Amino acid sequence: MKQCDIVIIGGGPAGLAAAIAAKKAGADDILILERDSMLGGILNQCIHNGFGLHTFKEELTGPEYAARFIDEANALGIPYKLGTMVLSVSRDKELLCINPEEGLFRIAAKAIILAMGCRERPRGALNIPGFRPAGIYSAGTAQRLMNIEGYCVGREVVILGSGDIGLIMARRMTLEGAKVKVVAEIMPYSGGLKRNIVQCLDDYGIPLKLGHTVVGIEGKERLTGVTIAAVDEQRRPIPGTEEHYDCDTLLLSVGLIPENELTRGMGISLSRVTSGPQVDDRLQTDIEGVFACGNVLHVHDLVDHVSEEAALAGESAAVYLQKQKTSVPHKVTINAENGVRYTVPQSLDIDNMKDAVTVRFRVADIYRDRAIVVCYDGTEVMRRKKKIMAPGEMEQVILKKSSFSDFPALKEITVRTEAE
Amino acid sequence: MTTKNLICIGCPMGCPLTVIMEDGHIEVTGNTCQHGADYAKKEVTNPTRVVTSTVRVLGADIARVSVKTAHDIPKDKIFDCMEEIKRTSVCAPVRIGDVLIRNCAGTGTDVIATKNVPRAGALPKE
Repeated sequence: MKQCDIVIIGGGPAGLAAAIAAKKAGADDILILERDSMLGGILNQCIHNGFGLHTFKEELTGPEYAARFIDEANALGIPYKLGTMVLSVSRDKELLCINPEEGLFRIAAKAIILAMGCRERPRGALNIPGFRPAGIYSAGTAQRLMNIEGYCVGREVVILGSGDIGLIMARRMTLEGAKVKVVAEIMPYSGGLKRNIVQCLDDYGIPLKLGHTVVGIEGKERLTGVTIAAVDEQRRPIPGTEEHYDCDTLLLSVGLIPENELTRGMGISLSRVTSGPQVDDRLQTDIEGVFACGNVLHVHDLVDHVSEEAALAGESAAVYLQKQKTSVPHKVTINAENGVRYTVPQSLDIDNMKDAVTVRFRVADIYRDRAIVVCYDGTEVMRRKKKIMAPGEMEQVILKKSSFSDFPALKEITVRTEAE
Repeated sequence: MTTKNLICIGCPMGCPLTVIMEDGHIEVTGNTCQHGADYAKKEVTNPTRVVTSTVRVLGADIARVSVKTAHDIPKDKIFDCMEEIKRTSVCAPVRIGDVLIRNCAGTGTDVIATKNVPRAGALPKE
């Protein structure tokens, strides 16, 4: 059986950044497994610009951002297999893979980095009544059909959900000559970035209807129209508010789900909030030597954060290979409370942590004039005022190793919001 | 006197901005920081955008190569640019930064490739 020090599952932005960091941290025997026919993952179809402002201090398009990492991985001589699907992974890190050249084969890995990304919530998850005609796509599928395969997806479009991909596709389809009639969002706020609402909808006069959803789908062969209605606080449609739109295409941009079938098969604990694995400050899951990063861990807004997070996973895997088994770690749980939906990581090993650990999280609602508060065993150690926080924009706090010196018997860290 | 309402994109606050223009004088209200005032002034005097799209590529394993305008162009030229982009096709191989359309729609800005597209069958396997 083929042996490998570090196998990285997924050759998108997370997998590439993890591979590069692992190599730079001294790991030599690395292999990236990618199921698509090219490296770069979802960035290949994200042809709009705005990527890399944090990492490269310039605005790149998705393919350009990916190319920087692909070029670096190639320069470092990191091997990869394309068209290769991982079917399952055992708890002792044996991978069962398949591709057209080698057929079914196994790889025994010393460390594994999970970087499989996420996928879109489909129509089936929404319970929209009506027919099932052609012309209903998840926004990312439409994006791939249009930007990579070169198809015209539709001419008269309604978009349900105001996630970033839906907003980006509203502009993209408008530029290609389609008429985007409305974007309906069931929540009272948009889950997308402000910049995208302004530059993708307002620029082209596309209305955004907050607190609205699709209640009817018409058309037998091809979609001919949808009905949209306002919803109450419980997100139930309000009778009498229905509006009909003629359209041949409905795009769904209603959320992303980390793709953790392999992770679940390994018996790794998943977070019920993020749907990703639970990890410590080295992004290690509860199987030693298995790390996770990028959208498979939790869904990000910015690829820059994915790259940064993945680099930590790559470095952690390299360090894991070099190190003898450490003493029993002093693991402290990180609790999310009062308006903080979750944190990543979910725990911290104080003895072995880096000098600073970035804890990322999302808030539960739109908050104005609130503070982010961090407590160690109930003692407040950090308070940061925020004018505004929104569920669509990831927040972070940085915990310094030095801050724990006064708390030798620490049991839990709490991150929460408080009204100012 | 003309009045225009905008939403600032500088940060998640998304301040609702009101811009009042009179005899070349521009007054911005509703902003909570300087970024908002700067953004509003640029938006009402010279709004520009980078346009991204795709161009048909022949002789490759994929159908389209992604492109962008090398610089931001005036907002009212976006659809003129798109017309020219739609009429264009190129042959593989294409490298990032290759100029695919010179002086697109008279904007003085080139349209360049944002993706490396090798010839058909030339993709490295491993």
